[in-house]
Amino acid sequence: MSYVDYTVGEPIADTKCPAGPIEERWDRRRFTAKLVNPANRRKYTVIVVGTGLAGGSAGATLAEQGYHVVQFCYQDSPRRAHSIAAQGGINAAKNYRNDGDSIHRLFYDTVKGGDFRARESNVRRLAQVSVEIIDQCVAQGVPFAREYGGLLDTRSFGGVQVSRTFYARGQTGQQLLLGAYQALSRQIAAGNVEMHARTEMLDLIVIDGRARGIVARDLVTGEISTYFGDAVVLATGGYGNVFYLSTNAKNSNATAIWRAHRRGAYFANPCFTQIHPTCIPRSGDHQSKLTLMSESLRNDGRIWVPKAKGDNRPPDRIPEQERDYYLERIYPSFGNLVPRDIASRAAKNVCDEGRGVGPGGQGVYLDFADAVARMGRDKVAEKYGNLFEMYQRITAENPYEVPMRIYPAIHYTMGGLWVDYDLQTTIPGLFAIGEANFSDHGANRLGASALMQGLADGYFVLPSTINDYLARHPHDTVDPRHPCVTEAVADVRVRLDKLLSVNGDRTPDSFHRELGELLWDNCGMARNDAGLRKALERIPELREEFWRRVKVPGSGSELNQSLEKANRISDYFELAELMCLDALHREESCGGHFREESQTPQGEAARDDDRFAYAAAWEWRGEGGRPPEEHGGGTGVAPVLHKEQLVFEYVHPTQRSYA
Amino acid sequence: MRLTLRIWRQRGPERPGAMTTYEVDGISEDMSFLEMLDTLNERLILEGDEPVAFDHDCREGICGACGMVINGQAHGPERTTTCQLHMRHFADGDTIDVEPWRAAAFPVVKDLVVDRSAFDRIIGSGGYVTAPTGSAPEAHATPVPKPVADTAFEHAECIGCGACVAACPNGSAMLFTSAKVVHLNVLPQGAPERESRVLDMVAAMDGEGFGGCTNTGECALACPKGVPLQAIATMNREFLRATRKGAR
Repeated sequence: MSYVDYTVGEPIADTKCPAGPIEERWDRRRFTAKLVNPANRRKYTVIVVGTGLAGGSAGATLAEQGYHVVQFCYQDSPRRAHSIAAQGGINAAKNYRNDGDSIHRLFYDTVKGGDFRARESNVRRLAQVSVEIIDQCVAQGVPFAREYGGLLDTRSFGGVQVSRTFYARGQTGQQLLLGAYQALSRQIAAGNVEMHARTEMLDLIVIDGRARGIVARDLVTGEISTYFGDAVVLATGGYGNVFYLSTNAKNSNATAIWRAHRRGAYFANPCFTQIHPTCIPRSGDHQSKLTLMSESLRNDGRIWVPKAKGDNRPPDRIPEQERDYYLERIYPSFGNLVPRDIASRAAKNVCDEGRGVGPGGQGVYLDFADAVARMGRDKVAEKYGNLFEMYQRITAENPYEVPMRIYPAIHYTMGGLWVDYDLQTTIPGLFAIGEANFSDHGANRLGASALMQGLADGYFVLPSTINDYLARHPHDTVDPRHPCVTEAVADVRVRLDKLLSVNGDRTPDSFHRELGELLWDNCGMARNDAGLRKALERIPELREEFWRRVKVPGSGSELNQSLEKANRISDYFELAELMCLDALHREESCGGHFREESQTPQGEAARDDDRFAYAAAWEWRGEGGRPPEEHGGGTGVAPVLHKEQLVFEYVHPTQRSYA
Repeated sequence: MRLTLRIWRQRGPERPGAMTTYEVDGISEDMSFLEMLDTLNERLILEGDEPVAFDHDCREGICGACGMVINGQAHGPERTTTCQLHMRHFADGDTIDVEPWRAAAFPVVKDLVVDRSAFDRIIGSGGYVTAPTGSAPEAHATPVPKPVADTAFEHAECIGCGACVAACPNGSAMLFTSAKVVHLNVLPQGAPERESRVLDMVAAMDGEGFGGCTNTGECALACPKGVPLQAIATMNREFLRATRKGAR
């Protein structure tokens, strides 16, 4: 058996989505869902892992409804989850601008922007709920930007022609997260949420086919504990850090969703990763992460490179007629506001042609000279001041005077745990919300839609759908001596002990960097058959080397950041393999997944709807083609692909055109 | 460049700590301060030593996780977070002292990692608007004048890093607490709980063992987000007003 083997299993027949006109489906689902009597809710315990926009809002809302919530985050405070770093804004179909927006248009834009690889019913619900999110956040005191009349301001974002993005300067994620965190803090103080900070989930406990708890490690004392509940909600974010260099927080990781996958939850579309076009280029090998510059900058900044190859004059010495504003040239109607995947690939193309700028030619200019001339420096500062400051701190260049240099970087993962319409995974009682699931963005997420989805899932969708599951499963206690519990705990201990005992000669980070480079080169902005096969050969070798040569100092019974890192990296190897396999099997280009073999004559992504109009949900069966003795676990069975056929009744697939 | 680092090492909360000296070489001026520490840690691991523990996460100045006292200043010589401090602000051959936040209410967990959970409890005592999900009126029902919204935002920018406490000779949390009080109390949405919020949050702050404010002003100078010192005066006024109203 080889590394590229997989088998095709039963298709996914039922997504639990109600039938009928799409605009009635969410109401219908809420009506048919069973409810839990308010007096009975306190008997139920819901475990929520993660405190970002999805987890924070879900924990607060479930507690407000009367459930007992036990919540976890690896950070020292729930306020620090990585949602906090989202800059640009949050979409909502309020149509306050009277510019032709509607719930249907937001739905349409999101399905199209996702390159027709998302489930229509979910996206329609997201658009519907979006308007309630803004109301909720304003009521919490979230200080959105306002006009002089006291009403909310909006701006436009990539991939759309209306102005539906609400924002709080360049810190929208921070302000929305603090709103959720404050609501959560109120519930913690009231005793309705039992909060465990600095505690990391390391495995899922499944008993009689249902998710009943988690195994977690106290990161300060190193103690391994079990927590039980009636349902488990994973709100642990995406897996972009598999690439090592990404815009994710350093400690964001995939362990929770990967462990759930190994316990039976299908993982959908792992190859759908998003490259953000506007990040600060790397400055050297020491680079530990990449910093994003909000896409909102593309509203007023103009992207260009020199027309001539190898033109290394400073930007102010390159005359106007020798500049190529390539997005405005190729895509005249959307210009600098084309969707992220298109903007990223265009940047890669001009750099590959040898027209990139800055060290190593890995950059393009984002120029605000016209904006400063048109609006004045003060107005530009009011809109983007904090972003300009951040850029200047990192690069020591002043973007009011010198154009920014930007380059694409890994930013978001559309793939994630497969969920049905209720946001339930294939393990009953295990729910996944926010970036951790795969549900709403198809093959490409539009700007300002991540915040919308996280809060939609956490405030409104999950708190409705989880009732139905809980109502059908009356509370009972878990026997802590159940073999499934002791086995999960033992697995965790064995893994950590093994990491500590290898005592090799390479640091965990050195493996992570190598894996990241391998993925970026072969499963990054452009992918092809040969590169993916090469990566699939190399990853198992690297993983084997990791288990032989990694060095983790210290012990497991204290704060040990090397151990935390090494444990997360060990999961990245397996996830990286599945990403490459998924990318190899999907012989089409769509959204963020660009297969070089499948492009239009103009070099745009060419979908193959006849063969690939489905979500690819992978079932774990062991360590792929590898013999189990190499890794101490697994069965050596190739993964199984389950296809969820996507049906487009309302938005008919077309070749995306932003020209 | 080549640097001498004197770093506070402490194995655990109850263990003694000490400044330990390390030499690092080959530091690029484009590195962030944390990337410089990463370089040291990579070496320490290979040498069989334990790497220096420090909190960090987003590394773009917004999560508030990182924070260390660098040459006696919270977050170092620039007005920014430690992760956004770059080595170009130091010179080849410099000796740099690196210590954790020092405050009675922030006990050391390990090395440069401290326990800031007191901040969470202050927020939980009243740093919110009681608006359960689903209860919100239409967002445009209550216009908020732009200057008021801007004031709220300016104070809501606090990232909860704790530099204000570390910089204060009294270890006071007045700037942190007042930032949240002002953010919510100036907004119409925060008005119904205006009095109880300030009274409860001040009580919680005092209960956590933070020191009192003597208007030194170091807090606002150290704040990477520029929360204004005036917030403290506004909180005192809110406190006085609430006390006189006798509301609780």
